[in-house]
Amino acid sequence: MKKLSGLKKTTKVDFATYLGVTLAFLIVYYRLQRGGLTNAMTSWLVPVCCFIVMAVSLNLVVGISGELSLGHAGFMSVGAFSGVVAGMSLRGAIPFTPVRLVVAILVGALFAAVAGVIVGVPVLRLRGDYLAIVTLAFGQIIKDLINCLLVGYDSKGLHIIFNLGKKTVADLHLEEGGVAIIKGAQGAVGIQKMSSFLAGYVLVMVTLVIVLNLIRSRTGRAIMAIRDNRIAAESVGINVTKYKMIAFVTSAALAGAAGALYGLNYGSLVSSRFDFNTSILVLVYVVLGGLGNIWGSVIGATVLYILPEALRQFADYRMLFYAIVLILVMLATNNPHLQQLAGTVAERFRGKKPARAGEGGQSHE
Amino acid sequence: MSEPIKRKPTKLVPVPSTNKIPERDINKAPILECRHLGIDFGGLTAVNDFDMAIGRTEIAGLIGPNGAGKTTVFNLLTKVYQPTRGTILLDGVDTHPMNSVQVSRHGIARTFQNIRLFGNLSVEDNVKVGLHNQVRYGMVQGILRLPGYWKKEKLAHESAMELLSIFGMQDLADHQAGSLPYGAQRRLEIVRALATNPSLLLLDEPAAGMNPSETAELMENIVKIRDTFHIAVLLIEHDMSLVMGICEGICVLNFGEIIAKGTPDEIKNDPQVIEAYLGKKREV
Amino acid sequence: MVFFSYLISGISLGSVYAIIALGYTMVYGIAKMLNFAHGDVIMVGGYISFCAISYLSLPPAVAVLLAMVVCTVLGVLIEGLAYRPLRQAGSLAVLITAIGVSYFLQNAAQLIWGVTPKIYTSVVSFRLPNSLTRLGLSSEALVTVLSCVVIMVALTTFVNKTKMGKAMRACSEDKGAAQLMGINVNATISMTFAIGSALAAIAGVLLCSAYTTLLPTTGSMPGIKAFTAAVFGGIGSIPGAFVGGLLLGIIESMAKAYISTDLANAIVFAVLIVVLLVKPTGLLGKYVPEKV
Repeated sequence: MKKLSGLKKTTKVDFATYLGVTLAFLIVYYRLQRGGLTNAMTSWLVPVCCFIVMAVSLNLVVGISGELSLGHAGFMSVGAFSGVVAGMSLRGAIPFTPVRLVVAILVGALFAAVAGVIVGVPVLRLRGDYLAIVTLAFGQIIKDLINCLLVGYDSKGLHIIFNLGKKTVADLHLEEGGVAIIKGAQGAVGIQKMSSFLAGYVLVMVTLVIVLNLIRSRTGRAIMAIRDNRIAAESVGINVTKYKMIAFVTSAALAGAAGALYGLNYGSLVSSRFDFNTSILVLVYVVLGGLGNIWGSVIGATVLYILPEALRQFADYRMLFYAIVLILVMLATNNPHLQQLAGTVAERFRGKKPARAGEGGQSHE
Repeated sequence: MSEPIKRKPTKLVPVPSTNKIPERDINKAPILECRHLGIDFGGLTAVNDFDMAIGRTEIAGLIGPNGAGKTTVFNLLTKVYQPTRGTILLDGVDTHPMNSVQVSRHGIARTFQNIRLFGNLSVEDNVKVGLHNQVRYGMVQGILRLPGYWKKEKLAHESAMELLSIFGMQDLADHQAGSLPYGAQRRLEIVRALATNPSLLLLDEPAAGMNPSETAELMENIVKIRDTFHIAVLLIEHDMSLVMGICEGICVLNFGEIIAKGTPDEIKNDPQVIEAYLGKKREV
Repeated sequence: MVFFSYLISGISLGSVYAIIALGYTMVYGIAKMLNFAHGDVIMVGGYISFCAISYLSLPPAVAVLLAMVVCTVLGVLIEGLAYRPLRQAGSLAVLITAIGVSYFLQNAAQLIWGVTPKIYTSVVSFRLPNSLTRLGLSSEALVTVLSCVVIMVALTTFVNKTKMGKAMRACSEDKGAAQLMGINVNATISMTFAIGSALAAIAGVLLCSAYTTLLPTTGSMPGIKAFTAAVFGGIGSIPGAFVGGLLLGIIESMAKAYISTDLANAIVFAVLIVVLLVKPTGLLGKYVPEKV
């Protein structure tokens, strides 16, 4: 009997997450249709969805798999640019925009997954801080490589060159009527905006289903077992590299999907938008939302994306304020006295007597 | 161990079983046979010339003073370390090319001296992780929750509960493994090891930190496990009441070398063992 | 000759990286944390010396000293207020806090000094004879390399010969045992931050003297690269930081000269990845096996 209620508990949390996201979407969508949102607010909708997906997918690596990644924005970048190229060059082949958007997102996810494999093979051999620094390095490399990319398309198909010196768009030798999509350091320009809030919601839901179901399955248990104790996981016959790789590549693919949606939401896009700071920003969403806590990532991303945007009226002071809040929250959540207090309150609330205190937060190697 | 040690290939010489195994197992090939097993860490020889055979349903003990190399033997058997010398035959198969994961799939399961549970997972999930290679389904099935997922999860749940019932731990299934009391954590490690469906169970100080009544219960349970699953058990233990109580064959290790092998009675009266444990008798 | 001048600019850049990397590596060695705010302390050092020279018209030597003092105080304050309460927390919590501190410093600098770049006048006032400058050797490069060598020697002596240095090494091995032996661990960690931050101030002055523009974000990229250099050489190792910094500077300079300016950073990071794959603890790092 006890077991049944236990099974229900995780299922309950999952359904509450789906329900919460759906309700929030419906309310915002209703207000959007009624014109109840300011222009600024409307412009937040798609990016918020993208960053929720980013946070949830990064949580899969950092919280569930227990590996610190500082290059998550690199995968977003790969997804964004490949998605934009797909979205624009398929204009003739798939005239119906929503379908083209889906295809672009899938292309973005696929390319990011390939990048995930390329990065993951060497990276996952390393441990701890070394893994972190190498993911950081890969993020930078991806950014720089995209800066050297020239892509255009015409009736003959895609033209891609890698610019090592002084090549320009003219070197693509596009036919008349051809369009240059990515212009090196200038980034992608003239993008047709295809993303919508509805698409964002769908992507968030798909991401949640994938990640939550993965965690509750055999694969997810293996990933978490490796996080908790690698040697014990090996001793029960779990292939550590394989499962770390699954987590890493799945996460990269989801980040790529988010990137594609993000890229197709703007008229132009430069690769510096996906730099180290973006990776860090997403990491902050994940850590403040709670490591391994998926709905925490959803809320963390939403609140922390909107907070600095909403603070724009304080202009110069907003990032300072954000920084102070960040430090204070970290100090408060890691304060042993406050943790003990929170533990006691939570137990009282549930009607049990207080158990071991100071357990809060997940251990991280 | 800064770089992997190249192992000298050992010629397999047909030697008779390296020690006596119980009468009932005598006609079957031993589940585990170590021949001249050894490992060096840098210049230090941690284990040398370790010969041992374990019968199919034997409960064997590995004892010796602290630092004798007992846990190192376990680490060699489970391939946490690759041996420098010698051969390990697991059910007649040389484990030399295998890694930890493959050894586990070939039937060795172990517990750890310093408990290594998956602390953030529930008790049930710990056992389910142990069932990883027994109850299998693909990642896509899990994500899409296809019928196979439900069927296999149900099976995993039932098997996990059955295994937990060995130690009467079904009621703890939802607890976080890391928050269990010490004794329960040790028992859970044994259950998790059993979940991998081993033919040889290695227990590293299973009674450490237990009081005499808990130890007595553990002894009964180890015998029960052997009788239920028909597996061999090799255990490291400092509690002599446990070792002498249930082990059929005992191997004594000192400074990485075997100093005695035999039945509990033989070991108890072996002068070398007494010397290793108590020191040399002073000449009067 | 052209090669020689690239080599010199590489060594000079590498010396700056090495000085910054020393700060990273010492803090990592002792507090086991990645101090992401270290790069921003460099920036603060740059601004303080800039203000001292431009607004207060102090002589360069005094300005450098002032920058060192301010950064030392800043480093100790950051450690005491933001990192010390997290001594028992997970490494990620400390990392995020360090990122918060980094944002804080950048935005505070932006509020105080604005977003328009300041034009930094070099603190090095003497000129080298033409025979040397023709080889591509500038007085700034000479001063940078010399400072790096002096710092390196001084720091190695300090860590190996003094009581405080011994305490630092003890803390980096085992904080608990060090405490039991009567070492004040908190004071030792503060001392490490103080030294690291003072070095960051020097690095800031040298960096700005060589590149002449100063922005609130000036410190972040050199910070990341110096961190890379520290990992490259083996994080926690003082000679490693020196070797890693120099190599990184030379690789960057050569990549810029002979391959592509746009890809120079990518090449630097690619070399780092290759080194870590071949030697997972960096060039001079120690391998600590996991106990089972």
